[in-house]
Order: sequence, then structure tokens, then C-alpha cells
Amino acid sequence: MLEPLYWIIRRDLTIAMRRRADVFTTLIFFVIVVSLFPLGIGPEPETLRQIAPGIVWVGALLASMLALEQIFSADHRDGTLEQMLLTPQPVSVLVVGKILAHWLVSGVPLVIMAPVLGLQYNLSADVLLVLMASLLLGTPALSLIGAIGAALTLGLRSGGVLLALLVLPLYIPVLIFGAGAVEATASGLGGQAHLSMLAAILVASLVLAPLATAAALRVAED
Amino acid sequence: MTPGSTSPSLQIDRLCCVRGDRTLFHDLSFAVSGGELLHLKGHNGSGKTTLLRALAGLLLPESGEIRWQGENIRALREEYARHLLYLGHHNGIKGDLTAVENLRIAAILDGYALDEETAWRILAEIGLRGHEDLPTKHLSQGQKRRVALARLLANRATVWVLDEPFTALDVAAVQLLQDVIHRHVADGGIAIVTTHQEVAMIGANTRTIELGRRDA
Repeated sequence: MLEPLYWIIRRDLTIAMRRRADVFTTLIFFVIVVSLFPLGIGPEPETLRQIAPGIVWVGALLASMLALEQIFSADHRDGTLEQMLLTPQPVSVLVVGKILAHWLVSGVPLVIMAPVLGLQYNLSADVLLVLMASLLLGTPALSLIGAIGAALTLGLRSGGVLLALLVLPLYIPVLIFGAGAVEATASGLGGQAHLSMLAAILVASLVLAPLATAAALRVAED
Repeated sequence: MTPGSTSPSLQIDRLCCVRGDRTLFHDLSFAVSGGELLHLKGHNGSGKTTLLRALAGLLLPESGEIRWQGENIRALREEYARHLLYLGHHNGIKGDLTAVENLRIAAILDGYALDEETAWRILAEIGLRGHEDLPTKHLSQGQKRRVALARLLANRATVWVLDEPFTALDVAAVQLLQDVIHRHVADGGIAIVTTHQEVAMIGANTRTIELGRRDA
């Protein structure tokens, strides 16, 4: 069971390495969105510090949603997805592999970039650390939940907009606890509880989302 | 086929498929067993592809059953997939990966390891010598089809479901593919093939089913 998982991740990472432009669009989008706010709101350090967690998190959320559409669409177009459904491997395992590879390519760069952007908002070192931790727990959950939407809207003509409508409401808990963890740390309360909730959401979506995604993919190929 | 094992059989029982609100076929029943080649014919839109996708388990038929060794393929699912090789309109290969990488990934997902050396040999056999480590997006249409067909040479599946396998192939490749299919059938496998072209699919055990005859 682990061998196909390893190979599907390796396959998707190889493809991502060969078309690097797609990888960078997500990251650059995140950097630009988050950098726009200080320019629009003005350089008042106290205001910036207060809005930072929400803005970085919303930026990461939108960036990760932007990348979602690509997760299955290319495989759907060239027929490799239908071949995956016909292999003796459990489809949900292959789905986990694809989501994991997708997160490594689109989610991890966001986690790494976040503290650099946080500096723009005058965040202290321990807050930056919690910001990274919250994104590290939150972005894979976003990819997992988003994959369900991506599978459901596969092959639809205006899939992008529909995908946003489907997925954004489901992102709300992740956003609340993610931004909440950073805020709580900044105000001195400690973000432990929020991070635990994020971890719980991650575990729950890791268990449920691949099954739902696999079912949706079967419907999409019908 | 290991000697002594029961002969493979695929049974189609009163199958009915609907696309949109059009019934493509209904009450379609036939059986194919090991060593048989089934040639599906029919005009455009008669439901050949739909039937093949149903046989592969990709598509849920409106009613009726498809049974592999006496059991519904819906219940068998992965167990049936182990015995099946389906090749549809899409080649199912990634343009960013090389022919060798495509072939090896497909093999691993199909549940067996294919070493680098064997992959190169198979690709040479199918006429892709010198193109093995190019990203397949740089290959011609016919060459891409050959990469997809290379899976037939690597695979150990019993049931081959091939949808228009001869499209985009040149004369030599058509000849090669016919040989490969006939060899598979002679070895006790099942092949279910659709073609538009009048390719000579006539072999020892060829049966023809024509879909969409308007004689009702």
C-alpha cells in the first residue's frame, strides 16, 4: 500500500519540477496579496500587528484554493486519472498521494514564506513561530478539504467559480483556528488550544476527505 | 494463465446503458471466455465506447450486470482491476514524463515492478527506439499511442479492453498490434476491441458483435 503512495508522490513531484511556473504562481500570488494590505492601510505598526494574522491566513487560504484546480484537471484531461481508477490500488490511497504531493508543492512554500511576510507586519519572533506552526497544520487540511471540491467540479466548464463556492465555506473553521492561534499568542494567551483544534481538523480531514474525494472522482469519470 | 486455473470468463447479462435520455442499448447479453477475441462494431454513437467503459467498470450501467468469474465487477472492484487492462480514447500518459517513466509508473500502479531495462526493451520492441527518454509531449500522435500500447507488452492482465487501438498508427504498428492481440488471445486471454477501420481482426477465435443495428 505504501509503494504506490510513494510512486504517485514521486510522479507528481517530478511533473511539478518540470513545470515550475505553476508552482511559483501560487507563491507569488500569496506574497502579493499579503503585501498589498500594508500599502493600502498605511504604516501604522499597531494596526498592522493586529490585522496580520487574519491577512496572512486569508492570503494563504486563497493561494491554496487557487492551486486546487490543477490537482486533478491535468490527469483528467490526458486520461491518466481514469487509468488510476482502474488500478488494483485503493483509489483513496492514490488520492492521498496526489494531495500530499500537491501540498508539498503548493502548501509548503507558503509555510516557509509566511514568516518573511510576517516581518512586514511587525510580528515578534514567537508569534512568527506560531504563525508557521498554524500554517503547517492548516494548509494540508485546506488541501485535503479542497480536493473534495476539486474532484466534484472536475470537467465542469465554470468549475473554478463553483469550486470556490463549494470550498470556501468549508475553509472557515481552519481559518478561525489558524488565525486565532496567532492572535492568541500575540495577545499573550498562548495559541496551544487553537493549534490542537487545527491538528484535530487535520486528522479528521485526513481520514474522511480521501474517501469522499475518491467517490467524487468515480462519479466524475462516469 | 497458470495451468490448472479455471478459464477466465466475462459475462454480460441484460446490460442496458443510457446516455442523457437516449438508450444506447438494452438487454445486451453475451459472454466472452479465455482465448476469444471480441470485435465490437457499430456506427458512430452506437454505444461502443459506453459499452467498453461499462466493461472496464468506469461507468455504471442503467441495469444489468457484468460478471467476472461469476461475480459482479461492482463487488469485485480492485480484484477485477487486477485482471483488466483498459485503453480508452485518451492515451493515459503524462506529457511531462518520458516514455520509460510513463511505462514504469503505469506498471507499479498496476501492481507489479517493471525494471528500467525491461521498459527500454519493450519500448524498442514497439518501435520507439531513440525516443525512450524524451518527454512524451514532444512525440507525434502515433508515437504517443505507441507509448500507451507498450503497456500491452508489459502487462499481465487477462482481459484487454481496447477502444479504437488502431487510430493514429501507421501500417507497421497496426501489424504489430494485431500480432500482439492475437498472441494474447492464443495464450488464453480475452480481448475486446472496437475499430472503425476494416482491420483484419480475423483470427482463430474472433467473434463480432454489431451494436445499434436498426432492425427492431
